[in-house]
Amino acid sequence: MDKRNSKSGLADRIPGKVWLLLSFLAAMLLWWVLSIIPATSRAFPNMFKVLGSISTMITRGVLWKDISSSLISVFSGYVLGFVIALPVAILMAWYKPVRFIIEPWIQFIRNIPPLAYVPLIVIAAGVGRKPQIIVITIACFLTMCVTIYQGVINVDETLIKAARVLGATDKDIFIRVIAPATLPFILTAIRLGASVALTTLIAAESTGATAGLGMRIRSLNNSFEPAPMLLYIIIIGILGITIEKLIKTAERRLTSWQEKREI
Amino acid sequence: MAGEARDLMNKENVCIRIDGVRKVFNGRNGEMVALNGVDLDIHDNEFICVVGPSGCGKSTLLNIIAGLLEPTEGKVYCNGKEVTGTGTERGVVFQQYALFPWLTVKKNVMFALEMRGVKGKEAETEAMKYLEMVDLAKFADHYPKELSGGMKQRVAIARAYAAEPQVLLMDEPFGALDAQTRTQLQTELLETWQKKKKTCFFITHDVDEAIILAQKVIIMSARPGRIKRIVDINIPYPRTQETKMTPEFIELKNEIWGQVYQEYLEVRK
Repeated sequence: MDKRNSKSGLADRIPGKVWLLLSFLAAMLLWWVLSIIPATSRAFPNMFKVLGSISTMITRGVLWKDISSSLISVFSGYVLGFVIALPVAILMAWYKPVRFIIEPWIQFIRNIPPLAYVPLIVIAAGVGRKPQIIVITIACFLTMCVTIYQGVINVDETLIKAARVLGATDKDIFIRVIAPATLPFILTAIRLGASVALTTLIAAESTGATAGLGMRIRSLNNSFEPAPMLLYIIIIGILGITIEKLIKTAERRLTSWQEKREI
Repeated sequence: MAGEARDLMNKENVCIRIDGVRKVFNGRNGEMVALNGVDLDIHDNEFICVVGPSGCGKSTLLNIIAGLLEPTEGKVYCNGKEVTGTGTERGVVFQQYALFPWLTVKKNVMFALEMRGVKGKEAETEAMKYLEMVDLAKFADHYPKELSGGMKQRVAIARAYAAEPQVLLMDEPFGALDAQTRTQLQTELLETWQKKKKTCFFITHDVDEAIILAQKVIIMSARPGRIKRIVDINIPYPRTQETKMTPEFIELKNEIWGQVYQEYLEVRK
């Protein structure tokens, strides 16, 4: 007991920013070690080489093109996935037949890695932007639909009853009870969807894309250039964490009324 | 004396009439008769408490009166009109408070006002009046999660009052609260009831609570729930915690507790 107290005491006394810095330095140290051990040095070129590859990729004229191309695909597929997921989730929650027919398949497809069905989509939709957006849309739709559906069916029945006895109509109940009660789940869906969109990117860009972060990593692999590859991997990570932080801030603002947070 | 009192009461309007209500639930283990042949008249401004062992159908009866459940047989009338659904003349206070967690205390009360067409600034000032009634005006801009259980239930009562119902249906509203808070809320509820007369139908499993609050205590029998006995509580208001020490109170408590206890034994069989 005492030991636990003193441990958490130390951890709490050091501010979060300092921990973040320590964590960063630890990772840098690990990276540096990896870059000098012969077995790993080829896969992990040191940070200066990686930083240097930024200008290489800029002079080749691909860095901005890759980032913007990927962001366009991610964003389009993500928005489309959400726009489809929201009504489908609500219909599933309200109408049992819809649920019984759709839900098993959502669960089924959700467990298949998108990379597996990418070739089929290329056969059907051809190469270019279209199949990329389709792959990301599918992946985002599946995740967001399940999350939003859970939110709608978990709305506290007593709150609906309370609204009804106060004279609320079905429309009032939808707008003033179900919508706000589901909002935390919708925001969680938006956050999970963003992460799915990014993790599906590599699969999506294996559809014969001409630019993009995922496509470039594959082509750098063929020309054996580990430094820019590592740079691109880090860029994907930075994009992911930035998007998540932005959404979390919005979540905190919009659902500060909740008893518990963070799912 | 008791007869006279009853005659007087009969002259008052019947606000809610429960007529031969039976409720059967179809569960996994076949049919379950929750209520069987319940008849009861609730008069205007009456304070009625219902006691009985858990599972005797008290809450089912309340939900049927509220219009949240439909009876399998029989009918419920409110002011002579058959109940077919919820209605703003019948307000409900739930055990689990049922406050909207995304709305502040004031906005929760305003919800009730807006549903009956009071809008904007007027709704706001009205809401504050109801919050003053339960002594929570200071907490108007807090969210429910920032309040204690007792405070949440006071907001729920304020919200129910704000809808201006004729009858207040309360489903073990103080059941989840600690003993001290419960006693305090009982006193407050009685004060409010005396100031703003309203018909109250209050469910509890606490015999003390029933006697201190009610003019009539209804004892329900174990499953299937029926009305076993109606006991008139002729202790004059205002009642306080000292009332619980009076011989009258203790006598009634023994009598009612004895009856309820028999039903508990029935349930355990």
